[in-house]
Order: sequence, then C-alpha cells, then structure tokens
Amino acid sequence: MLKDKKFLEEQASYCLDKLKKLGATDCEVLVSNSISESVEFRNKKIESSDRSDTLAIEVISYIGKRKSSTSLSYVDTKTTDEMLEKVIEVTKITPEDQYNELPEKELLIKDYEDLSLYDESEIDNQKKIEYLKEAEEEALSYDDISKTNSASFSQSKTNFILQNSLGLSVGYKKSSFSYYIDLLAKKNEGGNERDYEYDSKAFINELMKPKELGKIAARRAIRKLNPRKTKTQSIPIIFEPRIANNLLSTLSSAISGSSFARGTSFLKEKLNKKIFSNFVNIIDDPRIKKSMYSKPFDNEGVSSEKIYLVKNGVLKSLKLSNYYSKMLNMKSNGRSSGLTNTYFTNGNKSYNELTKNLDKYILVTETMGGFGNTTTGEFSCGAAGVCYENAVSYSINNFTLAGKLEDIFMNLILANDLQFKYSKNSPTVLIPEGLVVGGK
Amino acid sequence: MSDFFKNKDLTRKQAENIINKTLLSKDDGELYLQDSVVESITLDDGKIKNTSYAKKYGMGLRGVIDDVVAYSHTNSISKKSLIDAAENINSTLKSFKSKKHDNSLRKSNEILYTDHNPIDAKSLKEKIKLLHRVDQYLRSKSSLVKQVTASINAEKKIIEIIKSGGATFSDSQPTTSFRASIMMQKGSKNTQGSYANGGRFLFDEYINENNWKKVCDEAFRQASMNLDAKKAPAGEMDVVLNNGWSGVLLHEAVGHTLEGDFLYKKSTLFHDKIGEQIANKQVTVIDQGNYQGGRRGSLNFDDEAEKTQRNILINRGKLVGFMHDRLSARLTKNKPTGNGRRQSYQYAPMPRMTNTFMMNGKYSREEMIKSVKKGIYVDALGGGSVDIVSGQFNFTVSNARVIENGELKENVKGATLIGSGSDVIKNISMVGNDLELDNGFGMCGKSGQTVQVGLGIPSCKVLMTVGGSKV
Repeated sequence: MLKDKKFLEEQASYCLDKLKKLGATDCEVLVSNSISESVEFRNKKIESSDRSDTLAIEVISYIGKRKSSTSLSYVDTKTTDEMLEKVIEVTKITPEDQYNELPEKELLIKDYEDLSLYDESEIDNQKKIEYLKEAEEEALSYDDISKTNSASFSQSKTNFILQNSLGLSVGYKKSSFSYYIDLLAKKNEGGNERDYEYDSKAFINELMKPKELGKIAARRAIRKLNPRKTKTQSIPIIFEPRIANNLLSTLSSAISGSSFARGTSFLKEKLNKKIFSNFVNIIDDPRIKKSMYSKPFDNEGVSSEKIYLVKNGVLKSLKLSNYYSKMLNMKSNGRSSGLTNTYFTNGNKSYNELTKNLDKYILVTETMGGFGNTTTGEFSCGAAGVCYENAVSYSINNFTLAGKLEDIFMNLILANDLQFKYSKNSPTVLIPEGLVVGGK
Repeated sequence: MSDFFKNKDLTRKQAENIINKTLLSKDDGELYLQDSVVESITLDDGKIKNTSYAKKYGMGLRGVIDDVVAYSHTNSISKKSLIDAAENINSTLKSFKSKKHDNSLRKSNEILYTDHNPIDAKSLKEKIKLLHRVDQYLRSKSSLVKQVTASINAEKKIIEIIKSGGATFSDSQPTTSFRASIMMQKGSKNTQGSYANGGRFLFDEYINENNWKKVCDEAFRQASMNLDAKKAPAGEMDVVLNNGWSGVLLHEAVGHTLEGDFLYKKSTLFHDKIGEQIANKQVTVIDQGNYQGGRRGSLNFDDEAEKTQRNILINRGKLVGFMHDRLSARLTKNKPTGNGRRQSYQYAPMPRMTNTFMMNGKYSREEMIKSVKKGIYVDALGGGSVDIVSGQFNFTVSNARVIENGELKENVKGATLIGSGSDVIKNISMVGNDLELDNGFGMCGKSGQTVQVGLGIPSCKVLMTVGGSKV
C-alpha cells in the first residue's frame, strides 16, 4: 500500500523540526514513497517479475548562506537522526555562497487546479502479461519478425510531500503505466535487426492498444532489414518525430540556468536573440491535465506556468532553478526539476509537402551516441535510417551525422504532424543543409 | 560490518527460515542486503556547490525457476516486508516447477581491497581544501580557462548475501574517485576537457600531490588541444587508438556481446560462434574480476557470492568463452564465471563485465601511425554504447589528430566513431605492445543498471567510420 499523505507529512515535519532544533536556519524536506511492479515477457512466457517499494527522504539544510544536503532510504528513527545530525555538521563546514537560500515566499505554489495525475487502477501481473502477449501476437503475425528481443510492462505509483521552513507543505499522488516491445526481424545479410515501440501514460485507459504497439514495432524492425551502406556526402536529412524530440532535450540542456550562469552553453549570448527561423515556436506547459510529465510546481516548491521557450525563432526563456536564477539576477520559473511537457508548435507543411521537392534525402529513424554537445555546439552521432532516391527507398545503417547545432537549429523546417506522446514532442523535422553523412 | 538484524523485529534465524521456506522449492535464489553511504563533494565556478551524503539501505529477495526470475526489494528490513517479498516471488513462480535446487557455490577466499571506510580516511575540511587547490591550479594554467568543476566521491558499501541453507557471505566494497573538468574559451569557441581517477582504495593512496595534478593536467591538455582543432574528416578510414581508456572499444564492440544472457537468448551475433576465429590472431581478450591493485571492476566475490576469476574470452582471435552469472551458466550448461553483478539491492543480478582488456601484441604505436596513409590518431576517447542485436556501436572522441602518409598532422575536433562489433574485431589489423589499464573511472550501463568497470587495451590500428563534418 502506498503511504498516505498523513504519514509522509509526519515524516517531513519530524525532519524539519529536528533540523531546526539542531541549528538549521532554513530547511527543505521531500518525502516520497514509490511502489512499482513490472514484468518482462518474451516468446510467449514471463521472463521476470520485479516489485519495488521505496521510501526516500531528501533533505537540504541551510545555516545562513551555508548549505548541504542528504538523502536516505528510510530505515528507522535512529538512522534518520544520525543522517540529520550529519547534514548539520557538514553544513557548518561547507563554505558560504551568497546565492544559497530558499526561494522567496511569493514564488512558492499556493492553490492550483487538480491536474488529475493519479489513476487508482491496479494492473496486476497477469493483466500486464496479457498486454504484452497481445502485442507480441500481433508482431509475430508479420512473417519477417522472428521473435521478441524483450518486452516489459511496468506500473508505478508515487506519493510525495514537499515541505520547507517557510511553511510550504504540498504534494500529490501520481501514477504511470508503461510498456514496450522490442522485436527481432529475420536474419538477413547484414545480421539481425531490431526495433521497438513504447508508450507511457498516467492513465491506463489512455495507453496505446497492444495490437497497435506490436504493429508499429514490427513495421519499424522490418523497415530496417537488408541495410546498405551509404557514401560520405552532404544531403538533406529528415528526423522522424521520435528522433526530432532529441532536439528539444539538447535545447533543454543548452538553456539551463546553470549553463548560462556558468558560461558553459554555446547559446549563452543568445537570450532574446534568434536561434531558429521565424516559424519556430517552442512551449513548455507544466499544467496539461492527465499528462504524467505535468508538474504544477518544481522540487523547490516554486509554481510553474506555461511559457514560451522560443517564440518566432527567438529564445525567450531559460530553464531556471532558484539558485541559478539568483545568480543570473532573474526569477525562478519553477524548472528546478527540469522541463515538463515541451513541444514545437506545428509547422505549416505536411510530410509530403516537406519532401516533395527533394530528389534525394535520408530519413533518420535511429541515432546512437549523444545528440550534440551543448558546450562546444558540435553535433556528431551514429545513425540508421532510410534513403529515398527519386522513387526508390532502401534501408541504410552504420553511418554518422555531423554538423553544428547552431546550423541545425537555424535551418530546421517543421512538418505539421505533431503528436503528444513523450515529455518532449516534435513533428517531423527537415534539416535541408548543415549535416554531413559519413559512410563508406 | 553492518548487522542487518540488530534492533529489528526480524532475527537472523527467522530470516533464514523464511529464505529456506521460499527458496528450497526454487532452482536458485538468495537474499541480498545492502548498507551503503556515498559522500559527494563538488566544487564548481570557484565555490563548493555541493556537499551531500546519500544512504542506501535495503534488501532484495530473488527466486529463480528455469529461466524465470522473480525479484522483490524494499528498503524496510522487517519480518513483514520479507514475508511480503516471499509471497510476491511465490506468486510469480507458482505455475513453474523446479527440477533441481542448487545452492552450491565456487567460494572465494581472496581479499582484493581494504575494508576501511574511504569516507572517513580524510576529513571533509581537507577534501574541500584540496578542491580549492585544484581550482586555483587549473585556472593558473591559462587565462583561457573559464570554468572548473572538480569532485571527490567516496562510497562505503557493505553487502551480505544469504543463500538457502543459511550460507552467508559479507563484503565491504570501498570506492573512491576524483574528477576534474574544465571549459576553455578562445573567441567564440568553447572546448572541454575532463579526466578522473579512482578505484577500490583510500584517498591517501592516490590524492597525493602528483596524482591530482596529473588528472588536472590531462583535463587541461584535452581542452587546449581542441582550441585550434579543425573539422574532423568523415567516412571509413584507419584509426589508431591510444592505449588505456581506448579499451572502451573492446568493452562496447566486443565485451557486451559476450555476456551470457545474450547467449541463452541467442540475441548476440556471436551466440553460435564458439570455437570460431572471429578476430585477427593478434587479438586475445580477458575479463578478470579478481584483478589485484584496487581495480574498479574487481570484487572479492560477485553479487551472487560466486568467486571472481580470470576468464579468457577470445584467445588468439578464437572465441573461447562467455561471461556468466549463475542463471546463464545453468541454461547454457557452463560454469559460473563470477560475472553476476547488480547495481544495488534494487536490482537482480545479471552477467556483467568486470575488468576487460586485450593482451599485448608486437607493434609500437609509431609503427602503426607510419603504416596509415589517411586516417586519424585518437588521443582521448569519451564514452560509447552498443546495440547487442545488430552489433552497431559508437564512441565519442574527445581528441584526435589527422594522419597523412604516416605522419601526424593537425588536431581535429571530437567526432563519433562507429562500426559493427563483428566487423571491428576482424578489422583490428595491428595490436600494440603497450597495454595499459584505464585510470579508474569506468561506468557501464545495461538494462537500467550501472556498475563500475575497469578496462584496458594496448594501442591498436582498426578500420572504422569516423563521423566528422568535413566531406
């Protein structure tokens, strides 16, 4: 049973009181309980089951401008006391830093609308197996699929309370149901090929149907069969949505308060300047109902609202925590725990319009390695995909993509096929120039 | 040593009874208990940004029948939670019947590292002072150094494994590490460098004057080398890798594909190649979990209490063995090799590498460079990853130089290196005589679990695809 609000509040208050008694001038405590259960399934039978029940306490203590932190998995009062004593002892030794303080009271979350992030449903292991079985059956109905490489279904429930010495006490329950299937396509000259499909939702009834999951995974794995090598060349590149999402993750890291304050982002001079073409808008919305990525406030208790990160191509907002916003002389926008539901707004061209005038291009369906270095601004990764040449298409793999993030951002063109599926969501993206393909 | 059954409502005897009752009707399993503390201290931007302590405490019960694994873990060590875990495992395995319970073990009596607490070996004040010296030292090297991040981490991990029948194994596994990272800026160009060292030993053994400066010097060298670096070339070419950390090539391209779970699942491309010549005769690859000298990948016994040992994977180009945990060994009719490892009590063990390296060949690095018409010399590799099924792997290069007609030319910027494991192992055409193990900072991720590993390689010449942006 997930621990209830009262229990978590008691634990948090105990830590706050104890820290103050020990000499903390300010403090913050996060107490959370997570229970997750998962099964792995492969080739018509269960492969493993896993159950996890974790109660975690995270504590930050301040003595004036000195700060230190500790985390522990719950043991007993004696051990908790020892860790709290330790954090105070260490806080006293840690040097002062002028930006070390709790967020201002007026930034902290007060009332907020219930975003409906918790589904009471319990999907027991038998039911999880049924989902996976159905997805596998659908996948194996394709002749070119030989077997499941791995498949797993996981249910996770969390309840948490965040308290600080300014009187903040907030928290809520959240749930997630996730499953994936990873398939092997029949052996061909180049060796085995695999691909997968994955879905994750806060509510079980919003999850993609197993047949659909199995079908998408199968088609993807089959698409990779009989790969050829490609030559080294400069050519238009298309990122399908699940690859294009990574552009938003790269942006997220490049616009973090820490990389701006510390001067380590290649975009550090670009706030309120153009980094994309006029048609590009990027939004981060923490308040989408029933989305497992929504967070009405961050892990410092700062309220978070819907913001434009990029408007008409111009970088408008950073990802800010309390500490780095102070260092930058700005106000925290409640992104201490990261971005939430981030998306490019749709472009105005369909996929077909995007590719209509291209004689030859590569659709990238998989990348390996990093998706750009946000300090140097360099981009280089391994990739696989499909090459389209006039009316013919064939699978290609084992090539590299390289260029500069700056050029990729500035040149990219968005299609109008945006779907909300992950934390970062992108329509199909065309990079007409700026990427070099390395091959034979 | 930690007493997991002190002051609790669960006595050792009661725990043993529950374990026996649950596991004797299974093929295999154990209770794994952990009590660990990690201390992290980070200096960044000239200030101490973080001093933190994280305590991990809990237990995980595992039951196995045939190829089905049931695992249940919690951070409450009590009678109720152990009974709950046992019920959970019985429920998963209720429709399977054990043919043979086997709790025999290859026991170890080796002691590879100290049982002292590495956190207490130096005071917090001393560590903070050292980090400030690191900051000053690196910034004094050049005015182009714009950012310095340095950290010291230490972990004291105490574990206990209780098998059915009551056999109990305890170990105290220390880890220490020190890392320095810098950013340099020249005009609008940013470059980075990062280096570290560490292992299963105490701070005094390596944070002496010379050692921490060596780490800083290497981070500085990487960042400064890239200040005037040109675009890297793109396409397939000869790559000469330097010795030491380049062993990550071996780890990704070959090591993972020789882990026993991929053998019984037949998902690795080498599953039916035992006894076959898969590489050049110069190539001999070893994984050794009992390597002396405080190596990161070394363990007195693995996370299933099996003895760690030296395992030959590839002998003069011929595939001779895989790395096994107890499950993959049983399913493939092999003996366990001491490679059953887990990140923490929150995970069931699986076959993992320990310290993986290639034996020396006969060439000098100069001979390799001389033999290359057009290619690159890789001076510092970053991290990498591999897709087991297709064998496709990739690594990030931190520093490289162009080779033209046997001579080293200009520095080129970081680029990704890619290839396929089965090709690359065949494409190693020259093996050097300068084997070196890494400096002790390897982390390896697999199926969501991270464990620390060691690796090493002599300089090597190999044909690969370089992901530069110069056509």
